[in-house]
Amino acid sequence: MKVLVPVKRVVDHNVKIRVKADGSGVDLANVKMSMNPFDEIAIEEAVRLKEAGTADEVIAVSVGPAQAQDVLRTALAMGADRAILITVDGAVEPLAVAKLLKGVVATEEPGLVILGKQAIDDDCNQTGQMLSALLGWSQATFASEIVLAGGKAKVTREVDGGLQAIEVALPAIVTADLRLNEPRYASLPNIMKAKKKPLDSKTPEDFGVTVAPRLSVLRVEEPAARTAGIKVGSVAELLDKLKTEAGVI
Amino acid sequence: MAILLFADHDNAALSEQTAKTLTAASQIGGEVDILIAGQNAGGAAAEAASLAGVRSVILAEAEALEHRLAEPTAALIVALAADYDSIIAPATTTGKNVMPRVAALLDVMQISEVIEVVAADTFKRPIYAGNAIEVVQSTEAKTVLTVRTAGFAAAGAAEAAAPVKTVEATAEGADLSRFLENTLSQSDRPELNAAKIIVSGGRALGSDEKFRELLNPVADKLGAAVGASRAAVDSGYAPNDLQVGQTGKIVAPDLYVACGISGAIQHLAGMKDSKVIVAINTDEEAPIFQVADYGIVGDLFEILPEIERQL
Ligand SMILES: Cc1cc2nc3c(=O)[nH]c(=O)nc-3n(C[C@H](O)[C@H](O)[C@H](O)COP(=O)(O)OP(=O)(O)OC[C@H]3O[C@@H](n4cnc5c(N)ncnc54)[C@H](O)[C@@H]3O)c2cc1C
Ligand SMILES: Nc1ncnc2c1ncn2[C@@H]1O[C@H](COP(=O)(O)O)[C@@H](O)[C@H]1O
Repeated sequence: MKVLVPVKRVVDHNVKIRVKADGSGVDLANVKMSMNPFDEIAIEEAVRLKEAGTADEVIAVSVGPAQAQDVLRTALAMGADRAILITVDGAVEPLAVAKLLKGVVATEEPGLVILGKQAIDDDCNQTGQMLSALLGWSQATFASEIVLAGGKAKVTREVDGGLQAIEVALPAIVTADLRLNEPRYASLPNIMKAKKKPLDSKTPEDFGVTVAPRLSVLRVEEPAARTAGIKVGSVAELLDKLKTEAGVI
Repeated sequence: MAILLFADHDNAALSEQTAKTLTAASQIGGEVDILIAGQNAGGAAAEAASLAGVRSVILAEAEALEHRLAEPTAALIVALAADYDSIIAPATTTGKNVMPRVAALLDVMQISEVIEVVAADTFKRPIYAGNAIEVVQSTEAKTVLTVRTAGFAAAGAAEAAAPVKTVEATAEGADLSRFLENTLSQSDRPELNAAKIIVSGGRALGSDEKFRELLNPVADKLGAAVGASRAAVDSGYAPNDLQVGQTGKIVAPDLYVACGISGAIQHLAGMKDSKVIVAINTDEEAPIFQVADYGIVGDLFEILPEIERQL
């Protein structure tokens, strides 16, 4: 079985981003970029399935600018076998990404697609569900455990009230939550080996998909600022402030 | 304009997030129908019918809908979609699971986690863990949205109940997934999303025993819900449904008490809209103090028991 893992190049999760003064967007000049953290978890899960003999090939795919090659190389260094870059400049909405991924699924015919649950730049949390809908496949989102057996996947999902276990028929779409696994660091020899692994380049036209955005971003604003308050010297003072000044207890 | 609101409920009762989403729907403007998809869900339907500003309640019952699995639920909503300009749901794990599937089947882009309705087609939503707010306009024939409910007040009670209509649920997609079991946390405390006060613990608590021993008595005295950072959840001190943050719950209580939590961007994303924030941390440089109204620099193992004594 092939496992397909879509990975997105995003601003590194440690970077505190800045809104541009003219409201046109977020300042991404010279900002450190990395693989979306949830996608590292998705790659790790796919590689573990291969190591367990359940999967025989792991394919990483990214939609983005030429520099997205870097995150694909990271995926290859973590253990993916080959990679596909669909080159698009500028932001691509989840619906368009899902349509492109549907095209990749049509040619690669994976038994399982593992995506991240959300991209930490747009915070959309949509692409996996959309891909599943377009393919008419089953979906298991926010996975913290995946067990494959007998043409089915038993998936434990993180839900508002706790955990939910469901069983989905394969082929299926799974989206990874943070507690699915701890992704490995790529070793230096594996980083070297990754440079020789195949990386195909495609364009949206190859899949007959238009990536023009459906939503227009009118402006990007700074969130309401919060200013640091005061330090109190004792519990008595804290409780007094909460009672009399803030009136919350 | 007609709006279909996909309700969050547990069949027996409606969640408060539905009433909050109704407020967002009325701000868009138009007739609002609430969809209760479930099994033996008459209780939830009756509660939905009693909310102010509801035109009607649509009740669809089937075995496959009991747990609102994504495939049959999305198929049901799509079958009803022709009559609506807008389809809206709270950004709960159910809403987040089902709505993008609906959007893709309708070939429209979803607008996720709306925090403000600017106009019927224009919305504000946070990006980059809430470090920027995007104002987006939809050019789609239909809008599909999820609502971050923390910023909306719950709709009140109606003078007269709205009619409840029953519809046939399509069985489409019911063979794709099967529900096995829920392992839900049991607690007598208020729910995180509904609580006026939240006492939250981080990695500093050190073990699940200490987590309970230190936070619960204070939470009990305050009638508060208990929350946790990701580090506390990952270390097994607290169950996953207590996690507050970018990937956990987004809360905005009157009072949020962060105990031994450093204040990483991803944690702040979930609680920085709280009215009053208190931080207890041994490190006076901890970033949590930059958003705290009241900070105490000190050891939570001494401070929390002292708070409990003085309350
Ligand atoms: C993609 C992604 C998503 C994430 N989503 C979330 C999320 O939803 N929610 C979330 O919380 N995190 C999330 N994180 C993790 C986040 O980045 C932090 O790692 C996490 O919030 C840290 O938890 P903490 O503050 O409990 O632990 P730490 O950062 O280790 O902080 C512990 C704090 O306790 C203080 N301390 C130690 N001893 C004491 C004592 N005796 N008394 C008082 N204070 C003491 C220390 O000074 C320190 O400030 C996410 C990360 C990523 C990459
Ligand atoms: N441009 C992209 N290239 C590859 N994968 C993507 C892209 N955008 C989103 N994804 C995948 O979809 C998941 C959810 O993204 P989103 O719906 O944008 O929050 C991510 O974790 C990735 O696995």
